[in-house]
Amino acid sequence: MQESLLTFPKGGVHPPESKTLSEHLAIETLPLPEEVDILLQQHFGAPCKPLVDKKAKVTEGDVIGEVAGGLGAVVHASITGTVKAVGASTNPVSVTTASVTIQTDSDAPPKSFPLEDWRRLPADEMKKRVKAAGIVGIGGAGFPTHVKLSPPPEAKVDVLIINGVECEPYLTTDHRLMLENPQEIIEGAKIILAMLGIKECHIGIEANKMDAVDTLRKAAADKVSDGVKVNVDALKVKYPQGSEKQLIESITGRRVPGFGLPFDVGVIVQNVGTTKAIYEAVALNKPLYEKVITLSGRGISRPANLKVRIGTRLSDIVSYLGGTKPDLARIVMGGPMMGFPVSTLDVPVTKTTSGVLFLTGDEIDSRPYSHCIRCGWCLEACPMGLQPNEIGIHVEAGRAQDTTKFGLFECFECGCCAYVCPAKRPLVQFIRLAKLKAKR
Amino acid sequence: MTAKEPELWSVAVSPHVKSIESVEKVMWTVVACLMPPLILSIFVFGFQTLIITAVSVASCVATEAISQKCLHRPVTIRDGSAVITGVLLAYVIPPGVPYWMPLLGGVIAIFVTKELMGGIGYNIFNPALIGRAFLVATYPVAMTSAWLPPLRDAAIFKYMAPGVDAVSMATPLFVLKHYGLAAVIEKFGSLSTIYGNFFIGLRPGCIGETSVLLILLGGLFLLYKGYITWHIPVSVFASVAFFTWIFGGETYFTGNALLAILSGGVPLGAIYMATDYVTCPNQKTGQIIFGAGVGALTVLIRLKGGYPEGVAYAILLMNAVTPALDSWFRPKRFAPAKGAVK
Repeated sequence: MQESLLTFPKGGVHPPESKTLSEHLAIETLPLPEEVDILLQQHFGAPCKPLVDKKAKVTEGDVIGEVAGGLGAVVHASITGTVKAVGASTNPVSVTTASVTIQTDSDAPPKSFPLEDWRRLPADEMKKRVKAAGIVGIGGAGFPTHVKLSPPPEAKVDVLIINGVECEPYLTTDHRLMLENPQEIIEGAKIILAMLGIKECHIGIEANKMDAVDTLRKAAADKVSDGVKVNVDALKVKYPQGSEKQLIESITGRRVPGFGLPFDVGVIVQNVGTTKAIYEAVALNKPLYEKVITLSGRGISRPANLKVRIGTRLSDIVSYLGGTKPDLARIVMGGPMMGFPVSTLDVPVTKTTSGVLFLTGDEIDSRPYSHCIRCGWCLEACPMGLQPNEIGIHVEAGRAQDTTKFGLFECFECGCCAYVCPAKRPLVQFIRLAKLKAKR
Repeated sequence: MTAKEPELWSVAVSPHVKSIESVEKVMWTVVACLMPPLILSIFVFGFQTLIITAVSVASCVATEAISQKCLHRPVTIRDGSAVITGVLLAYVIPPGVPYWMPLLGGVIAIFVTKELMGGIGYNIFNPALIGRAFLVATYPVAMTSAWLPPLRDAAIFKYMAPGVDAVSMATPLFVLKHYGLAAVIEKFGSLSTIYGNFFIGLRPGCIGETSVLLILLGGLFLLYKGYITWHIPVSVFASVAFFTWIFGGETYFTGNALLAILSGGVPLGAIYMATDYVTCPNQKTGQIIFGAGVGALTVLIRLKGGYPEGVAYAILLMNAVTPALDSWFRPKRFAPAKGAVK
């Protein structure tokens, strides 16, 4: 390869990419399900307060949950229909969450969103639209986007990074979005630049998606107006290249301090899916109530990249794709390195679902673990320079409270340590346990 | 709508995919890398070496199984680590010793050094080297004199014939220590012949001390696989060469560094013993200091101590320093928070 690829210096692993299952499949739209379960907490922060009662008629895009106080993002109806229940549903991360179940009115006409010229809008109005659209970081974190786009004035943000890395194996959502919606992503980036009043944007993409790099470079070059520069940077294929702190270092060389946020080093990072949602919120006034997710793994009959309404149950998606295969062993929401497994298909898609993986016994590792042999491989793999081996040994010895000195609270649970561990030790599990027991 | 039978799928904490490496794979690869020197030793010294190694491995594996049963722990003999201990123990004792000595050494190595300390991962000292140290302390005569001369005519079965006992023959380091370099040349040939023979493995010594070539090849394969890194072996070699060059001659800066590396147990120690995961430091800076310490102590024992060879004690002494090195030298954190506990 001629161009030199950017990367972060310390740690990282190379799990098998497994993206060929779905990377060539164009995004298709799932037919409307009969019902959706819309969770009232799909973001980092407090759950929303429901605004509708049972039997209420709702139209797609209506606000059905408002921010109850503190950090949050509003929730919208993703289909037109009748509220069947305001209760609780299975949540992919916590056990259950308050939810609104809506029964679809299949005769309702689809809602249309006319295009506006966003360049005439003041920054405050654009931020208001992002907030009203209920946008959160849909790459996985779920941090309310309008908060992220309003850094404190002393922060001096000068660089916007659009995260198109998608370093998790299997997932191809962002890849397909970049190939199929390059204009919207570039426009979205320009909207964010306008909101922040800055000029420099970098779109970071791993070098296993050079077609997306080329597509976005072409799209960026077609629109050289607005006095801003949108760079597209190819990054070395190395997990966790898409982690916020690692991506910022790869592209700018700046290091976000522990417990700090990107704006502490003058950077704001947005995922490509979020960027597209911001474009739709500002230019089309469309709330975030549908998203593209990857359905992959060798345990599903037909892998796909599907555009689905928020709240669609996995069971509806699985039956549309022809069911699961008999050797299916685990269902994971998100990627195989950081995703959450679910015990049932009765779980709805949320704003932060990037994909659902149906993994067979051959694809997952369930070998039993043994003593730490102190090989030190986890020290080499950890991108944060922590000591997962020591944390694990201390937790086993009942001394979780003594593990902060190994950098416990700087761990973002990327899973590199547990991936390389030859003794198959559940290091992420030990670390989570330690985080619960140790004082920050 | 009919109620569906809820089907519960297994859950586990991420990551759901893991690398294909495993403790078993690492350990058995090391065992495989250790085999060529054994095969060569059969041609050089006779079948005696194979029997010694087999007894040592059997003793280690059996001791591990029995002690784990007695201590109510899972039996882990399949992971290959007891096999490595057995092979390494056989490689650091003279090939002419009686068969009960590797048997006894194996029991000490596994039961006392490893299992009583908590099993794999929890031993402070290298088990094979403790086994050797125990035998040297209890049976010093056999452990320092039961050497076999290399066979020139591939008379492999010579030592199997009844009535032929192990022939005592001094090792090059013994001659060097007590009679000087001139005596070594007189006994083992010109310096260039010595370098060549020692490198290939034609000389008296332990099984694992003989062929520098085959030990290096095994080490290169482990490096290629990523199972060991260069830090410890290179620092051990460099440190032995450096300190021998300074202090090993008639006057300062005249020591024969090449002979120091080629003779005795430096290659085996540097590549297979000092790099033992459990007993060496985790962090690279600590590893380099550890290796340099092994080299310095080896030279000190060779020149000033009571034994002609010091690699084993040098490694054991540095094993004791490992916990301190691990706590002094930690990985460089990405960007620790201000005021965070370090």
